[in-house]
Amino acid sequence: MSRALMPLANGAAARLEEVPVWPVRLFRDRVLEAAFEGARLVALLPLAQPRGSGRELLAVLAQDHRGTLLLGAGDLEGASAYPAFTPEWPQAQAFERDLWESRGLLPEGHPWLKPLRFPRLPDGQTIPASYPYFAMEGAELHEVAVGPVHAGIIEPGHFRFQCHGEKVFHLEIQLGFQHRGWRGLMAGAPPARRAVLAESLAGDTAVGHAVAWAMIEEALGAILVPPRSQALRAVALELERLANHTGDLGALAGDVGFLPSASYLGGLRGDCLNLTQRLCGSRMGRGLVVPGGVRFDAPAALAEEVAGSLSRTWRSIEEAAGLLFDASPVQERFQGTGAVGREVAEALGLVGVAGRASGCDRDARRDHPAGFYRFAQIPPQTLASGDVYARAVVRFLEMRQSFEFLEGHLRALPQGAVGVPAKKARSGHVAAALVEGWRGEIAHVAVTGASGEMASYEAVDPSFHNWMGLAMALRDQAISDFPLCNKSFNLSYAGHDQ
Amino acid sequence: MIRTLKTRWRLGRRTRPFPPRENPLPERFRGLPALDPSRCEPGCSSCADACPTGALVLEGSPRLDLGRCLFCPQCAEACPSGAVQFTRDYALAASTRESLVVYGEARPAVEVLGRRLRRLFGRSLKLRQVSAGGCGGCEAELNATSNVDYDLGRFGVQFVASPRHADGMVVTGPVTRNMEEALRRTYAAIPEPKLVILVGACALSGGAFEGSPAVTGMPADIPVDLFIPGCPPHPFTLLDGLLRLIGTRKG
Repeated sequence: MSRALMPLANGAAARLEEVPVWPVRLFRDRVLEAAFEGARLVALLPLAQPRGSGRELLAVLAQDHRGTLLLGAGDLEGASAYPAFTPEWPQAQAFERDLWESRGLLPEGHPWLKPLRFPRLPDGQTIPASYPYFAMEGAELHEVAVGPVHAGIIEPGHFRFQCHGEKVFHLEIQLGFQHRGWRGLMAGAPPARRAVLAESLAGDTAVGHAVAWAMIEEALGAILVPPRSQALRAVALELERLANHTGDLGALAGDVGFLPSASYLGGLRGDCLNLTQRLCGSRMGRGLVVPGGVRFDAPAALAEEVAGSLSRTWRSIEEAAGLLFDASPVQERFQGTGAVGREVAEALGLVGVAGRASGCDRDARRDHPAGFYRFAQIPPQTLASGDVYARAVVRFLEMRQSFEFLEGHLRALPQGAVGVPAKKARSGHVAAALVEGWRGEIAHVAVTGASGEMASYEAVDPSFHNWMGLAMALRDQAISDFPLCNKSFNLSYAGHDQ
Repeated sequence: MIRTLKTRWRLGRRTRPFPPRENPLPERFRGLPALDPSRCEPGCSSCADACPTGALVLEGSPRLDLGRCLFCPQCAEACPSGAVQFTRDYALAASTRESLVVYGEARPAVEVLGRRLRRLFGRSLKLRQVSAGGCGGCEAELNATSNVDYDLGRFGVQFVASPRHADGMVVTGPVTRNMEEALRRTYAAIPEPKLVILVGACALSGGAFEGSPAVTGMPADIPVDLFIPGCPPHPFTLLDGLLRLIGTRKG
C-alpha cells in the first residue's frame, strides 16, 4: 500500500490504476496530512466506475509551493458514509454538501449539511419553502430576505440577513436557482456539445472554462499543443481578465455613486470585449478554443491592430480608474468595508482576486503554470486588508499586468501552427487542469472509462470556493453595504449552481 | 472636480448613433447565416453532423434554426464547399418562433406592435429582466445595452427593478426547474398589458442545456412577443430587435 498521494502536473493525465487507494479512514488521514502541510482542495468526487467492491472517492489537491497536484482515492468498502473532512478542514464544506446532496454519500460529522443546489426538488416545490434557514431570535432582531429575483440584470440567488438595526450578524446565501444539470450533460455529451457546455458553465468566463476543458481533452488524448495557440489562449484569457476587471471597477464605482468612472469603465469594458471579438468573432471569446489549439489565428496585421487599439483603450481605462482611486469619498466607502481576514480566507480556501486581496498568495499562473504561462510569468498581486478597497486595488494591479502582457506578446507571437488534430481519449485515465480565470482558480477533472468515454467530469468554478467568503465579509457590516461587498466579490451564480 | 471634468473632456462622448451608418462589426463576427444549397455536395451532411445542438438539419437542403444556434461555428467549419457561412448582419430577432428557421431566402422578421400597444410603449418601455438559468453571457450583453456606448435609454427603453414598474419581461436562460416558480410570479406581478421577450439560445430552445432534466424550458402558457437569438446576442442585435418591436426602427 502506497504511503503518499500521487503527484500530477497541471494539465497532465495518469492511468487511474496509478492513483493510490486506501480504506476511507486512511485516505482521510493522508489527505488531511497534506492539508496541514498547506495543500488545498481542488476537487472531491466519487468515481463513476469504482475499482474496488464499493464506492470510491477521488480527491484532487493542489500543493502550490511545489507546483503539483496530489491525487488519492478512498474506498468506502460498501458503505455510503465516511468521516467528514470539514470539521478539520473548513474549505471542504461545499464539496461535502455536494457529495451528500447529489451523490448519496454521507459525510459524518459535517457541521452544517445544508442543501447546495437543490438538484432534485419535487415538482412544484420552491427552494425557500423547503429549507429551514438559520434564524436568530430576539425582540430587537429582524430578518431581511432578498431574491431570487433581484433589482437589476443579475443572476438569481437568495440572501437572508439576520440584523440588529442596520448591523448584519449573519448572512446566509442560498443558491441553486441556476442549476441546469451541467455535470450530467457534460459526462454524456459528444465532444462538439462539450465545447459549448464548457463555454456556458459561467458565461463571463467562457474562455477560462474552455481552456480548462481543452487541457483535459488534450491530456487524455496525449497531444501537445503548438506554442502559437498556447500564446493565443493566454491572450484571450488576459483580455477576459482585463474586460471583467474593468467592468467590475466600473460597477464598484456605480455602487458608491461615483458616476464618471462608472460610465466610462462600463463602456471601456466593451472596448476590451470588442478586441476579443476581432480575434474570434464573439465578444465573450466563444468559439476560439478547440482541443488541440485555437480555431482562429491572429495574423501579424490583425495582432498589430488589436495591440494598437488596446494601447488606446488602456490609456482611457487608466484615466477613468485613476479618478476612482483618487476620490477621497470613494476611498472612504471602500476602505474597511467587508473585510475578510487572512486566517478566514485561508480556512475557507478562497481563490483568485478575493483570496489575494486577503493576503492568500496564490495564482495558478505562477504556482501551476501550464501552456504559455510556463514561458511568460505574471507575479501575483496581494494585499493584506481583505476589504472592498483591497479587492478593487488587486483588480487594478492585475489589469495593468494583463495590459503589459498583451502589449508585449501580441506583437511577438510564436510562429507556427495554431492547432493539431484532437485525438480520442485514452481509456482508464484521470486528467486534471487548473486555469487562473479572471475570478480565480478554475479546476476541471475527468476520468475515462474502459472505452475512453467520459465516466466522470467535474468542473469547479472559483465562485464555488468564494461564496462563503462573501457571507463572512458581511459579518458586523451595515446591511446597506451588501451591494458593494457583493460587487467586490462578483461571483458567478451559474458557475456555482452548474 | 477639475480633474474629473478634464477627464470627461479628454475621454469625450462615446455614444454612437444607432443604427450605425456602416456596420462596424469585424470580419469574424458571426451574424445571420447565409445558406447556399446550390453549393452542397450530394450526400454530404457534414454541417448537420457537426452541429452541437441540432440547430442545423438537412431537409433536402440545409435549414438552420436560429433559436437553437450557438453561432459556434462548427457547421461552417465542417462544410467543405462554403454552403454554410455566417454574415456580419446582426438583425436576427423575430416575432414568431417559426420565422427563426433560416433556409433559402427566408429570414427572421419582427412585426411592429399593434396601434394600441405602440401608443402605450412606443416611446416608453420599461422592462424587468429575469435570469432563469442564464450563464451570465446574455445578462452581460443586456447590461451593455444600457451603457454609454449603446444607450438604449435614449429610445425610451429601460430596465427597471420591480415587475410592478414594468411593461414587460425579458427572460434569459433555459428556465431551470428551480427558477420556474419565480419566473411565473414575476410575470404575474407585471400589470397588463405586458410584453414578453426571450433573449438568447437558452431561453429560445434550451441551447446547450436542451434535454437536461434540471431544465423545464419557457412555460408554454406564457405568450411571447419577441425572440432574440444569439449566444449571447450582440448588443446591436438586442437594440435592433427591441426597436423594431416598438416601431422605432423600420426597414
